[in-house]
Amino acid sequence: MIMRPLARALDDRLRLSPITRRALAKIFPDHWSFMLGEIALYSFITLILTGVYLTLFFDASSADRVYHGSYAPLDGTTTSAAYASTVRLSWDVRAGLLIRQTHHWAALAFVAAIVLHLSRIFFTGAFRKPREINWLIGVTMLALALANGFTGYSMPDDLLSGLGLRILTSVVESIPVIGTWLVTLALGGEFPSDDMIPRMFITHVLLVPAVLVALVSLHLGILVRQKHSQFPGPGRTEHNVVGSRLWPGYTLRTLALFAWVLAVLFALGGLVQINPVWLYGPFAPAESTSPAQPDWYIAWGDGALRLFPAWEFRIAGYLVPAPFFPGVVLGGLSFAALYLWPFIERWRTGDHQPHQLLDRPRNHPVRLGIGVGALTFYVALVVAAGDDILARLLRVPLYDLLALFRVLVLVLPILAGILAFLIARALRRSEAASLGGLTRADLRQATRPGPRHPVGEDEPEAPTLHRPGERIELWPEGELWRWRYRNEAGQLTLTNNRAVTSEEEAVETAGLAYPGVDRIVVPGPPPPPPPGRMRTALRRWSRAAAAASLLVSLLLERRRRGGDQGPQPSDPAESGSPTADEHVRPGGRP
Amino acid sequence: MSRRTPSKAERVASRRIAGAFLVSAAGAVGFAVTYGLNGGTQWEGVCLAVAFAGLAVGLAVWSRRLVPTGGYVEEHEGFTPPPAEQAMTAAVFRAPESPTRRWGLLGALGFALTALGVAALFPLRSLLPWDRQRPARSLKNTPWGPGVRLVDDQGRPLRPDGVPADTMVAVFPEGSIDVGDAPAFAVRLNPERFIRQPAGGHLGGLVVWSLLCTHAGCPVRLYLKGAARVLCPCHQSSFDLLAGARPIAGPAARPLPGLPIEVGPDGFLRATGDFTAPPGAGFWSRR
Repeated sequence: MIMRPLARALDDRLRLSPITRRALAKIFPDHWSFMLGEIALYSFITLILTGVYLTLFFDASSADRVYHGSYAPLDGTTTSAAYASTVRLSWDVRAGLLIRQTHHWAALAFVAAIVLHLSRIFFTGAFRKPREINWLIGVTMLALALANGFTGYSMPDDLLSGLGLRILTSVVESIPVIGTWLVTLALGGEFPSDDMIPRMFITHVLLVPAVLVALVSLHLGILVRQKHSQFPGPGRTEHNVVGSRLWPGYTLRTLALFAWVLAVLFALGGLVQINPVWLYGPFAPAESTSPAQPDWYIAWGDGALRLFPAWEFRIAGYLVPAPFFPGVVLGGLSFAALYLWPFIERWRTGDHQPHQLLDRPRNHPVRLGIGVGALTFYVALVVAAGDDILARLLRVPLYDLLALFRVLVLVLPILAGILAFLIARALRRSEAASLGGLTRADLRQATRPGPRHPVGEDEPEAPTLHRPGERIELWPEGELWRWRYRNEAGQLTLTNNRAVTSEEEAVETAGLAYPGVDRIVVPGPPPPPPPGRMRTALRRWSRAAAAASLLVSLLLERRRRGGDQGPQPSDPAESGSPTADEHVRPGGRP
Repeated sequence: MSRRTPSKAERVASRRIAGAFLVSAAGAVGFAVTYGLNGGTQWEGVCLAVAFAGLAVGLAVWSRRLVPTGGYVEEHEGFTPPPAEQAMTAAVFRAPESPTRRWGLLGALGFALTALGVAALFPLRSLLPWDRQRPARSLKNTPWGPGVRLVDDQGRPLRPDGVPADTMVAVFPEGSIDVGDAPAFAVRLNPERFIRQPAGGHLGGLVVWSLLCTHAGCPVRLYLKGAARVLCPCHQSSFDLLAGARPIAGPAARPLPGLPIEVGPDGFLRATGDFTAPPGAGFWSRR
């Protein structure tokens, strides 16, 4: 074993074992919604790995270059080096197209995972004190992800992305006073400038990724420092974290997730075509493609540009053009609202307490209503960005659809928000377990104002001194001490995540996690907890299913052999049986 | 270290995990072979997906069957430190030799750093082109001007009969085909149907307008010839060419700028000036 001397040598120099032991014992809550941020992280890693490969072949230059390669329709044409190298990368570099398409899919998945993660954080109130800093960092990363997605999409210098870049340029130009200066500063001249591709390239591959890597590290560092939040439940308090340890359980699980993310992204990259720039053709200032839709995460802006009416006005003779409102104002307000939300909510509720226990979304009907309304608004804008395609599919006049969308995009969010608010209130008042458990009376009740729930005190902790049936058991284990929490009523047993060196330390950590719960010293380690009811039932069912399928396969096998001995080609049912057999056999394997 | 004998469930799980890892290895080998044989994007993607899915299944089964899930608790000490801690840290900063006590020097240091920061912004000026006029002015000016001939996308000069009826012809200023704000289009319309005269005038029904939508600058390349309208494919603004290219639907608010033209002594079309308004999207300007 080469590892052990190496580990010893490192430990002798860096004193790593105490840190490592604590780090490996870190607790991660067992809930699927905590994995969404990890999907974003792993998409980001995929982006970096595939992106580095792409930089080796991509030529970020707008200089003329003649394409010679296996894509015949463009062979011998003169385009920009960026476009020619992208086509070459896709058609003439082995595995180049796979990596390029995987990179693009990973970008889409990255932003999607960020948005889902952000929604989870929002609806469960995980942004509250002490986690506001991580919320701000997260929103910044979302903005950077959008920006980097856009520059990456624009760099190949194809016709579709050229249109997108032209639209963005127009949106920035619409900013009063400084807009034209900003565009000239960014592009080094008027659109399309020779400098724009090299500048986008260095932003895309160096500046923004570097900032993202720094922010991801900070995000995770703060997460480890602050420990995870968790949903309320038996044995869970504001003073502890319940779940699995980093090593070994969570390590395996999160690596499995990483592998899943890679598997899905490579499957998409290999099988589902995305951004075929050779079909769009190179950018030319007088050409356009139809239909023209951006990537999904930019589409809300495009939808807003389509829907916003042709309103322009002049200030002292100076023009403020229409794209200013849906482009700059809407985008600015969206991110301002995201950045400020934790502080707005604190100001409205007066809740200055730190929270380690998450809200169930129903516990805050107002927050849920606002969140659902906002999501509906942006989804409606994304759909509106495809209005020309929808009009063609539905065979309705485009401008009728546009008028409809102009109404829907304002009305739907309000309706959805009110509905979410009422359902949350009905759920909270009726204590129904899920939507299906709501009765009509509950819903009717929800429309009436009820007793005010003081926010932040929805589920007051039981007085810690008298919690019946709860106790802490401590026991020595050789030189070390361990403890566990037992809850007789719920048959819950939670073991401390790490051994400590003295009884005093065990008493101290147990007292921190469960203040006021009685402690006793027991002689030895407890028997392993019985498997949960769900798992026992599942195991029983799976055994029964396996036995049944074995039986079925045996029967079919016997019947097939019987059929082989006495062939009956005239029987249609029998002639069809071999294919049926093919389907059954794999399932019948034990 | 005593090894307990694994239960039957553990043996089954181990077999399944090993199988998944073998599938993963097969996928990796498959990728290498596909790459070597140039087997195409699809197979490369499938092989890599199988390789990673095998890893994922193996690790997931491992984490689910062979190691416990949940059942552990860690204390959470909260974040507001005890007042004594805070006081001690504050005392470090308030010690007599602490630089934070010398306000005057701190102010001078702050001034120096601010000056450095502002000075560091100056090189950003290099991102702007040095030799140009104000951005708004350069956006207004295009290569069009008196005497500039109209050419098609191949660079060939255009005669009036080079623009047939019922189609739009993209035209460019001679020598500046790739300039972003110069593209225009010529159409032949029946002057009797004009509701409003084109801003740049017309030559017996031959009219030239800027090709760039006044909303966000996309080329308005969709021509509805019967209605004599052009439509922008980006945000569906449409312009009525019979009414001076006025916007009639969608988010555009200003008509397309016209280009005044004449027939030169050589028989080719040429401009008599720049567009009647800045082409493309609007910006902060007094027209």
